[in-house]
Amino acid sequence: MLAGFDWSVIPASLPFLGQGLLYSLQLTVVAMTGGVIFGTLLALARLSGGPVLAGAAAVYVNTMRSIPLLMVILWFFLIIPLLTGKPMGAERSAMITFTAFEAAYYSEIMRAGIQSVSRGQVNAGYALGMTYAQTMMHIVLPQAVRNMLPVLLTQTIVLFQDTSLVYAIGAKDLLKAAEITGRNYNRPVEMYLFVAVIYFAICFSLSLLVRRLNRKIAIVR
Amino acid sequence: MAQLQISGLSLAYGDHPVVKGLDLHLESGQIGCLLGPSGCGKTTVLRCVAGFEAVQAGEIRLGGVAISRPGWSEAPEARRIGMVFQDYALFPHLSVRDNVAFGLRGLAAPERDARTQTLLATVGLASQGQKYPHELSGGQQQRVALARALARKPALLLLDEPFSNLDIELRERLSYEVRDIIKEAGTTAILVTHDQHEAFAVADEVGIMHEGVIQQWDSPYNLYHRPANRFVADFIGQGVFVQGTVLSDHQVEVELGTLTSIIPVACGPGCAACGKSCRVDVLLRPDDVVHDDRSSLTAEVTHKAFRGADILYTLRLASGARVLSLVPSHHNHALGERIGIRLDVDHVVTFPPTAPPVALFVPEGASNMARH
Repeated sequence: MLAGFDWSVIPASLPFLGQGLLYSLQLTVVAMTGGVIFGTLLALARLSGGPVLAGAAAVYVNTMRSIPLLMVILWFFLIIPLLTGKPMGAERSAMITFTAFEAAYYSEIMRAGIQSVSRGQVNAGYALGMTYAQTMMHIVLPQAVRNMLPVLLTQTIVLFQDTSLVYAIGAKDLLKAAEITGRNYNRPVEMYLFVAVIYFAICFSLSLLVRRLNRKIAIVR
Repeated sequence: MAQLQISGLSLAYGDHPVVKGLDLHLESGQIGCLLGPSGCGKTTVLRCVAGFEAVQAGEIRLGGVAISRPGWSEAPEARRIGMVFQDYALFPHLSVRDNVAFGLRGLAAPERDARTQTLLATVGLASQGQKYPHELSGGQQQRVALARALARKPALLLLDEPFSNLDIELRERLSYEVRDIIKEAGTTAILVTHDQHEAFAVADEVGIMHEGVIQQWDSPYNLYHRPANRFVADFIGQGVFVQGTVLSDHQVEVELGTLTSIIPVACGPGCAACGKSCRVDVLLRPDDVVHDDRSSLTAEVTHKAFRGADILYTLRLASGARVLSLVPSHHNHALGERIGIRLDVDHVVTFPPTAPPVALFVPEGASNMARH
């Protein structure tokens, strides 16, 4: 069956696929960084005990987690031009959407991470003259991130896979690049197979890393 | 001037009062201890002093300045306290050196490093700075916690059951070490524990806490020999109560002889040896009952507990009353054997009887066996 395939299209399309992959990775890194930072702030808001702040953060997180990602991507892409009067590029739009969306998921992870740090650690910080902000910054969050690192990375693997959804708004990620080259060379099956292998290689090696981290953290704890 | 002054401190969790109008006064440079069974409220008092718990009544003053009042509380980080936690609460993501240096963030780097190194040397961990807490033994972790708490030269050091996670042998050795370190630093400190040996090893003065108040605040010596009430007498050390009759304001008669007290014997509240032969309960510690082969008084061994250097015998007297006697280990007697005993009581402790009166045993021709 594989005999009918023409693999020669792959070397020829590598530079173009490379550009697509680069964008997919950029999108992942931006959404992860922004999502973890924004998500941590959401988690702190939810744990703050202030009813307005905690309530607002809870509404945001629960709303985002109840809507399909694809719809958020599409809506944001379509609504922004209506609000601002000029269209935003699909690539930039996707970065903002992913950051906002992933923040909801990262916030739940960070909330669990913050709660995994014992109250005694916070009190120890206070007893050493640290303020709430200093205690969070230097004691609680480093431990929360460390405890949750495997979970954060797993979420990032899912995020990397989900970035393929941006092809719906025409952003040129790895999948879109494969689609375009597949159409140009009229070899869509070979191209889709090849990018599947790339997605698999990246995600699988990351999940191996997660497994190693898990073991390491279990020892330190 | 008192470094720590607690007056009328009260706190309840819901309907359940935990601390009931507690007063405490600790001089600068002194090590005080709150000693009591679990649930007596001692840890709550410590948490109030640290600022982790709001007070509902009363006031806490540190160095003359109020830090806790109902409705107002100085933030814990502004209190100039150091604290050693029960589980040490070392920061697992920081090295030993960084843990100790953590409270010194305000200092310039060279100064901070020097102070950190001095502190690590003080607690005998000068060479362990680069290790992480989980790489240290429990005793070492405890000393890191102490160094960290002392780093900022706190006005008051709080120790919350600091030895409870250590094995008994280490506990004893470390408690003396900790005392020396705190004394050398000249820090005022308050220790909370349920273990009297720890309390006696570390503290200058100990408060026995029960039902939310301090029953007696005194030196370890006085707590043992001059307990203020039955609870303290029971909680500190071992001993039994035997029935006695007040003969005069300095003499009490018990089955084993007549005891003479340096301080006047009170029959009960409002009755200082009224001359009516009041009945009292007399506390006999295991060291008050001395084994003496030449004594004409004998008692039957009903139980023995071997403790290495000595044996704790439970003895039955002629009347059936039981006393404890601590005897050097080479006097090994069998159960059922009758051994000679005499009383050697320095401090006569009596309380009004709680049990209904029983027919009193009157010793026949018992000579005066007490010393004073």
